[in-house]
Amino acid sequence: MSATAAVHSLWTTAAAVDPISKIDAPKIEYGQLAPTLIVVGAAIIGIAVEAFVPRKSRYYVQLFVSVVALVAAFAAVVALAVNGYATTKAGIAAMGAIAVDGPALFLQGTILLTALVGLFTFAERRLDPEAHGNRVDSFAAQAAAVPGSDSEKKAVKAGFTTTEVFPLLLFAVAGMLVFPAANDLLTLFVALEVLSLPLYLMCALARRKRLMSQEAAVKYFLLGAFASAFMLFGIALLYGYAGSMSYAVIAQVVEGTVTDVTPALAGTMGNDALLLVGAALVVMGLLFKVGAVPFHMWTPDVYQGAPTPVTGFMAAATKVAAFGALLRILYVVLPGLRWDWRPVMWAVAIVTMVVGAIVAITQTDIKRLLAYSAISHAGFILAGVIAATPSGISSVLFYLAAYSFVTIGAFAVVTLVRDAGGEATHLSKWAGLGRRSPLVAAVFAVFLLAFAGIPLTSGFTGKFAVFKAAAEGGAVPLVVVGVIASAIAAFFYIRVIVLMFFSEPHPEGPTVAVPSPLTMTAIGVGVAVTVVLGVAPQYFLELAGDAGVFVR
Amino acid sequence: MSFPLLTATAALPAIGAIATAAVPAARRTAAKWLALLFSLATLVLAIVVLVRFDPGGDRYQLTESHAWIADFGVRYELGVDGIAVALIALTALLIPFIVLAGWHDADPSPSSQLRSSGGDPKETGNKRWRPTQGFFALILAVEAMVILSFEATDVFLFYIFFEAMLIPLYFLIGGFGDRAHEHGEEKGATQRSYAAVKFLLYNLAGGLIMLAAVIGLYVVAGNFSLPEIAEARANGTLEMSTGTERWLFLGFFFAFAVKAPLWPLHTWLPNAMQESTAPVAVLITAVVDKVGTFAMLRFCLGLFPEASKWATPVVLVLAVVSIIYGALLAVGQRDIKRLIAYASISHFGFIIMGIFAMTSQGQSGATLYMVNHGISTAVLMLIAGFLISRRGSRLIADYGGVQKVAPVLAGTFLIGGLATLSLPGLAPFVSEFLVLVGTFTRYPVIGIIATFGIVLAALYVLVLYQRTMTGPVKPEVATMPDLRVREIAVVAPLVVLLVFLGVYPKPVTDIVNPAVKQTMSDLEKKDPQPEVEAAK
Repeated sequence: MSATAAVHSLWTTAAAVDPISKIDAPKIEYGQLAPTLIVVGAAIIGIAVEAFVPRKSRYYVQLFVSVVALVAAFAAVVALAVNGYATTKAGIAAMGAIAVDGPALFLQGTILLTALVGLFTFAERRLDPEAHGNRVDSFAAQAAAVPGSDSEKKAVKAGFTTTEVFPLLLFAVAGMLVFPAANDLLTLFVALEVLSLPLYLMCALARRKRLMSQEAAVKYFLLGAFASAFMLFGIALLYGYAGSMSYAVIAQVVEGTVTDVTPALAGTMGNDALLLVGAALVVMGLLFKVGAVPFHMWTPDVYQGAPTPVTGFMAAATKVAAFGALLRILYVVLPGLRWDWRPVMWAVAIVTMVVGAIVAITQTDIKRLLAYSAISHAGFILAGVIAATPSGISSVLFYLAAYSFVTIGAFAVVTLVRDAGGEATHLSKWAGLGRRSPLVAAVFAVFLLAFAGIPLTSGFTGKFAVFKAAAEGGAVPLVVVGVIASAIAAFFYIRVIVLMFFSEPHPEGPTVAVPSPLTMTAIGVGVAVTVVLGVAPQYFLELAGDAGVFVR
Repeated sequence: MSFPLLTATAALPAIGAIATAAVPAARRTAAKWLALLFSLATLVLAIVVLVRFDPGGDRYQLTESHAWIADFGVRYELGVDGIAVALIALTALLIPFIVLAGWHDADPSPSSQLRSSGGDPKETGNKRWRPTQGFFALILAVEAMVILSFEATDVFLFYIFFEAMLIPLYFLIGGFGDRAHEHGEEKGATQRSYAAVKFLLYNLAGGLIMLAAVIGLYVVAGNFSLPEIAEARANGTLEMSTGTERWLFLGFFFAFAVKAPLWPLHTWLPNAMQESTAPVAVLITAVVDKVGTFAMLRFCLGLFPEASKWATPVVLVLAVVSIIYGALLAVGQRDIKRLIAYASISHFGFIIMGIFAMTSQGQSGATLYMVNHGISTAVLMLIAGFLISRRGSRLIADYGGVQKVAPVLAGTFLIGGLATLSLPGLAPFVSEFLVLVGTFTRYPVIGIIATFGIVLAALYVLVLYQRTMTGPVKPEVATMPDLRVREIAVVAPLVVLLVFLGVYPKPVTDIVNPAVKQTMSDLEKKDPQPEVEAAK
């Protein structure tokens, strides 16, 4: 027993939590929860803006509020980290509901920055041609109008825009901030719903190809609802097993070190069937969000149908949040069950890497291709998760940060390549892009090379960190499979580069729209982060390394 | 802290690449001169390295060491031994000639200009399409990465440049192919991108396998510093089980065997050389592939001496197969550039055989061979390129009687060919002889079989010369101009060097031999006979 405890202390530190004996007024550490509170507050202000501010100026007000909120929240995260809440002062806040520790702050910072960059692509209004003299963004004029109907035409003519996306984005971000920090299962579930529901909505809001977008949203919603239901069922079983929702208590019961047992629960407590099934269902719900095989079916359809800015944001930020939650569940709640979950996660990781890489080869749509690439990357990250060592945690944190900026940048480039029907996502239309607009093609090539994990890009550093952690954790076969999957994956990334640079452009090929500074910033940040994390990653590796200890 | 000479040698072409790429679209000629200037400046620095290097001094000299990624145990560590110095000098020497030889290779072709002005308003973006700038910038980028991979004494650092250099090369092969294509331009573009993708996938797969081994090495050793690991291995502080060592060796060797290339992993080379322009083909075989053979010597033998000995029989057999197979296929080629490609495969067989023969003659011969093969292939391939650009065809059958029309071209081509078949008096002879002697003293049968490679080399070179240069003058060839001043400027110095090193190889062997002795002592191998001072 003492041996297990020693191992756990590698990635957890003890935090004193008072058991809730009598009902007190809730004690809320507003300072430590500031990042989330700021974002939620701004989202609520955003709703008020929709109600009270004249339509003409809503866009500007919303954009301002969102930017200020995200920047302020990020500043709050940095302030917390600087004041030691990531390391020495790490603890549990909000009556045991939220953990404020290294991984949580690191992931929250990543999510906020990703959201800020994603916000710029949301706010882009120069790409689509002006409709009736009004600048429009990627979102439907009026979401409620039936596609092709008169009311839709009227809405377009009146120059409506769905500025609701800004508060929706902020709500999703708020959910994502809580998700990796949640320290009990109910908070985890609420955060999951808070982040998912706005995403379902935003998926349906595309201005072009609206039916496809709505179909994507319905698919995402249905499958997501299933996943949520599974997870909730798992939570119920785990509660039955441990008699508590709290991560720390469940972990104690798993390890058999629990001190005070509620008599009412003593009967079912410690029933391994409940534990195994419950844990499996909760992890399944998280793997769905992560997009791991075999829970990946929604990914290509949703990535393809959703408005591209939403796809980019979703692909980057959701993955960060979901992997954060997965890490916390596996490392804080279920370390005692390590010998049970590791083989399963091995299988999931291998299948995810291989299926993602192989199926991507046959794709002809750039957004679907990136979706399968996202799947295979989920597999690589899982390899780091499996390591079950401190370096496993920090490698995953680093990989997530590196990956999210590449992703958001890549999808931002996708929004630029357009023809008469909106974005030209079919790969054949990308032929010869390198001749038409060398700069855009070169930037996209940088992102593809980062996805492929070529040295001197952030993708390589991340991949190396994750594989190194996996190898140190004894998962050498996983590294070998990962390396082979990378080789397969390289093929389709290279194929896109071939298309862009070595194929003759089609005479009626797409044009590359000149974006406003917003999208340019998004892409520029993506490139800068990709190169910096590839060439000089030491500072960020240290940051992730310092952040790699969970509080319990 | 002294001046970081090694960093500067690599940084200069890198800066040159950026500067060349930044030249405005209309100033193509300026870009060319800039690239030439930077490559010459790099040559000057390489000569400084050569002069400052003391053959009798420490094993790794001019070392630099800086913290880089502490979390991975990676340091920015550079240092050169005699072998690296020789190869850096070769690289820096060849690049100016490659730039000069490729002077017009990346000019926008008349047909594509026609197409771009064909009234399509969307084509206006083409104004920013700058192939010439790109071509020369990519060549300089490759030079920087090749030099860094010769200099790196940190395994991770080496790996990064070993892999990253694939990307500019890939664009060089796929983006700037040979215009002389028998099936027209459209088909040419398809085959070109096929060759580029094949090149990249082979090498990337090799590199990724190596990545697994690099990670494995880290898990075992805890850092990436070549001198440290080698020392820890030698004095017994770093134990490695036989199985681990063999797996790691295989991971590294696979990547280098793809790059070198060794049969049966060689098939990307003929495609890549055939489809790329002659200067790029020279860049690949004469410069980049040397990184593969160099790395076998430095990393495979240096890090895994026991596993190298274990693998020797298999590697030697593969090398001999390469020698004979490459030569046989060269005899049967219809395409001049493919022929040279297969000849190179045969020669790489000799180099790898020399390395793994584990005798001092074999290894110094192999190192000398890397240098000599670089020069002789450059001569042969560049003149072949000049020839092909005149006639617009790569097929041997399309030529005949060229020596009557263009005697200088034919004469230098003959010298390049004779160097390739290792005629005594020209540089490759010395190295080939050393490799064969070195192999024979330990593995007589292998040595004897390899000798047939020389016979076959005579066959493919002389038949090539006979069919293209002698005989009646073909009508298409009749108006062919002889070598121009620029072309002579490319070829003449290289030919002089071939003759000089053929008669007097001592400058190179003096630099190389101490490093070879070191490697031999790492391997704890003694020469089977009393040691003969190599080629004094």
